[in-house]
Amino acid sequence: MIKELKSPLRVVLENYGRINPESIEEYIAQDGYEAVGKVLREMRPEQVLSEIKASGLQGRGGAAFPTGLKWEFTAKAKDAPKYIICNADEGEPGTFKDRAILEGDPHKIIEGMIIAGYAVGAHYGYIYIRGEYLLSINRFNKALKQAREHRFLGEDVFGSGFNFQIEIHQGAGSYVCGEETALMESLEGKRGNPRFKPPFPPSSGLWGKPTLINNVETLANIAPIILKGSDWFRTFGTKKCPGTKVYAISGHVKEAGLIEAPMGITLREIIIDYAQGMRDSKFKMAQVGGTAGAILGEDMLDVPLDYASLGEKGLVLGSGAILVMDETTCALDMLECFLNFFKRESCGKCIPCRVGTEKLLELATAISRGEGKEDDIDLMLHTAKVMQKTSLCALGQSLILPISTTLKYSREEVTEHIKGRCPTGVCKI
Amino acid sequence: MKLRNKEKDVIALLNKAQRENKHNYITEDKLKLTAQEAGLSYSEVYGVATFYSLFSLKPRGEYVIQVCDSGPCHLMGSKSIFKVLEKELKIKVGETTADGRFTLEEVSCLGICNEAPAMMINEKVCGNLTPQKIREILRELRKKK
Ligand SMILES: Cc1cc2nc3c(=O)[nH]c(=O)nc-3n(C[C@H](O)[C@H](O)[C@H](O)COP(=O)(O)O)c2cc1C
Ligand code: SF4
Repeated sequence: MIKELKSPLRVVLENYGRINPESIEEYIAQDGYEAVGKVLREMRPEQVLSEIKASGLQGRGGAAFPTGLKWEFTAKAKDAPKYIICNADEGEPGTFKDRAILEGDPHKIIEGMIIAGYAVGAHYGYIYIRGEYLLSINRFNKALKQAREHRFLGEDVFGSGFNFQIEIHQGAGSYVCGEETALMESLEGKRGNPRFKPPFPPSSGLWGKPTLINNVETLANIAPIILKGSDWFRTFGTKKCPGTKVYAISGHVKEAGLIEAPMGITLREIIIDYAQGMRDSKFKMAQVGGTAGAILGEDMLDVPLDYASLGEKGLVLGSGAILVMDETTCALDMLECFLNFFKRESCGKCIPCRVGTEKLLELATAISRGEGKEDDIDLMLHTAKVMQKTSLCALGQSLILPISTTLKYSREEVTEHIKGRCPTGVCKI
Repeated sequence: MKLRNKEKDVIALLNKAQRENKHNYITEDKLKLTAQEAGLSYSEVYGVATFYSLFSLKPRGEYVIQVCDSGPCHLMGSKSIFKVLEKELKIKVGETTADGRFTLEEVSCLGICNEAPAMMINEKVCGNLTPQKIREILRELRKKK
């Protein structure tokens, strides 16, 4: 059980830690599967689409694409059959929210997938769960079995004539497989290399057929929206980014864990009100959105953490991971760690990323050993910029953000290493 | 409608092959067999097996210790965790002990960042690691036959 920090608000995590996740009866007692019943008995697919569109829900997997619009594209696609995929590959460092939802309330995801299937006209869904999440896989398996026994899955659900099946695919260790087209390659039993886009999944996805892919947290929002309405959903969060967000807090705070808060909460509020403040030393910086996210310094403590507010500043909320770092942290040591991650996880399909991640790590390592040159810093920036422009997928494209924001706050600290000194004493020069 | 055929799914087959092997790896014979079962060429199956980090084509220890070195764990001291493990096991990252019991690996985020630094031993998650806790875990494992 992941520690859930005191969060007053619960939409996605409403059942988390409150019901036995292995009991469908307990889920049903919390109005479980009523949203599916309502949709299948009372609503036409178009009505479901317009309700989701009206809610303003955006994808919680990182890219924040409007969910209703994605559903509509898939619904309008002419080709058949269509597929639904739940992306549960959660590999972004610092992110553990999807695991919590899967382990704590698996039926909510099944419900979201059935409703999505009905809305877009799909009869088959896959959930791609990363291979490391064995408890999630087990719980989901049990939940699927129960849902089939209760005939929420299978043929003629709720006597509506609608058929829907879900199957689990277990990942085998690869960060890039979280990228939607790489995930589809992997589901098809191949190496998880991303595809060129367009075509996008709503027109050509799994086996070249129209496919709707959504993140776990996105799908966890569906049943509540259907039951309580899009107006209710919009009472949370901001105008541009309605709803709540599950943030995953780690690092030098007193209490690490998960919180569900309205979109647009600030870093200061998260650290002070939820994580009980810094652990030992003063705040230095935080990385928001995972390893592909930006470093935020003290001046950003009061910026609302929602897609739009961060987007305006050229930053990202990503998966909602928040890594808080205090003054004992060496900014360069962390950057080297981020680059090591990207080097390992680059799939190697395109040259800028395959070679670029390698070179960037070499440069950072040289600097951290006191063997760097003054020009190396600009060379890193230049390399990352080229990668941003020329890489095939967002993995190679997004490295620029952690690099440029690290340098924005800590260029002097990095330069000190070139002069032969690590100001925090972390790097051995 | 095209559906995934579980009996022919390479990733599932490789997963099973590795799990059934005492040394936590996929043998060349199994790769060939998997190719036959999945109806693919050997090189295609080899390509898949080498893409995913959970698969190994080299024999590993009975216990595969995978320590995370992504952002949150790194920040919370994974480097010292590696040091303790290397010292206790007398091997470096990527190696297996001479008695074939332990393999030490560095892996990407395991999604247990609230308990950083963290690691996985075979299928078991261990978090909030300290040098002392690691020594205890190793002692327990060594006792087992
Ligand atoms: C390198 C990379 C890794 C990704 N990993 C994940 C992931 O683990 N989970 C996820 O939901 N989305 C991930 N995404 C985003 C997906 O490509 C996709 O945008 C998302 O699944 C769409 O769902 P949503 O609209 O509900 O957010 C990743 C993207 C990239 C480029
Ligand atoms: S950018 Fe990197 S991860 Fe993405 S396709 Fe190219 S090599 Fe693979």
